[in-house]
Amino acid sequence: MKIIIIGGGRVVYFLAKLFISKGHHPAIVSRDPGECERLSREVKALVLCGDGSHPPVLEAAGAREAEAVLAISPRDQDNLVACQLAAKMFGVPRTLALVNDPENLEVFRQLGINVAFSTTHIMATLIEQQAGFDEIVNLMPLAQGKVTVSEVALHAGLPAVGRSLAELAMPPGSLIGAVIRGEAVLVPRGPDRLAEGDRLIILTTPESYAPAMRCLLGDEA
Amino acid sequence: MAKSLFIVIVGCGRLGSHLANGLSAQGHGVVVIDLRPEAFAALDAQFSGFKLVGDAVESEILRQARLDKADLLLAVAEEDNVNLMVAQVGQKVFAVPRVMARVADPAREEAYRQFGIQTVCPTTLAGEALLETLRRSGEATR
Repeated sequence: MKIIIIGGGRVVYFLAKLFISKGHHPAIVSRDPGECERLSREVKALVLCGDGSHPPVLEAAGAREAEAVLAISPRDQDNLVACQLAAKMFGVPRTLALVNDPENLEVFRQLGINVAFSTTHIMATLIEQQAGFDEIVNLMPLAQGKVTVSEVALHAGLPAVGRSLAELAMPPGSLIGAVIRGEAVLVPRGPDRLAEGDRLIILTTPESYAPAMRCLLGDEA
Repeated sequence: MAKSLFIVIVGCGRLGSHLANGLSAQGHGVVVIDLRPEAFAALDAQFSGFKLVGDAVESEILRQARLDKADLLLAVAEEDNVNLMVAQVGQKVFAVPRVMARVADPAREEAYRQFGIQTVCPTTLAGEALLETLRRSGEATR
């Protein structure tokens, strides 16, 4: 897949390297001449020095053939315009933009960006959800933060231990997707009982996250 | 523009301050936004509008400017991309009835005009005016 990355900083270098290792063909557009020089030595990719929101620069980066544009500069306005021009002038099917002001997440979606993501928002959500919950070992937002995947370890004394899924009645918008028990992984059904030491893979919407955790962990959540 | 309008101007540079002074003198309600507090020095002593220091690509700043109540938004900041973003946010999020953006890059201006944003390109305008003057003076000397 041909991907145009617009932006600067070391993250561009690591992304390009990662994409190449997965068999993709990244092209990089950065405004910083020093960085471009360094990148062109470090990665086997087309590196262009220029403004990624200037149509001729996008075209030279291969926008007509690109399947995705990823705009990750620190300026929301540049990311928006680069993605819009790529989509509307050159027909790039997928546009992904970093937003710095979390409020612009919604604004970008309204303005036609396929995927907008905010590191501010992701970090804040992770910290809020982790705080105080020792049982919750990891969290991953999916579908632009509309679904969260969490892993919860059950220790003795928690309300969920010994109960079946049917008895537990997880709140709407939440699902126990898998139970990791020792080496085994099972996809639980209503009659299956949870046991001490189980690790549960939970899918929740942001709204049902807290009720789901209370249901499993009781007062500890 | 007979009745008094509520106008938000983004950018208080040469063009922004010129528009703000003129529109305020005509009796319109004006809010000018600029990142740099010193930019407001370009406003006349008679300027009766409001000055707001902030980055207009932040929705919070546009809300503080009461953009939802504006009759007209003029996006004339120095950077094209600021103007293009603010104009679209004004049109689509704040539903401002009239929105205009200054865009210096002719390629970008052309593209956004086709997407339905009202744009003015000083580069194209100056170019056309200069060529027109040259053409006329050529005719005169012939």
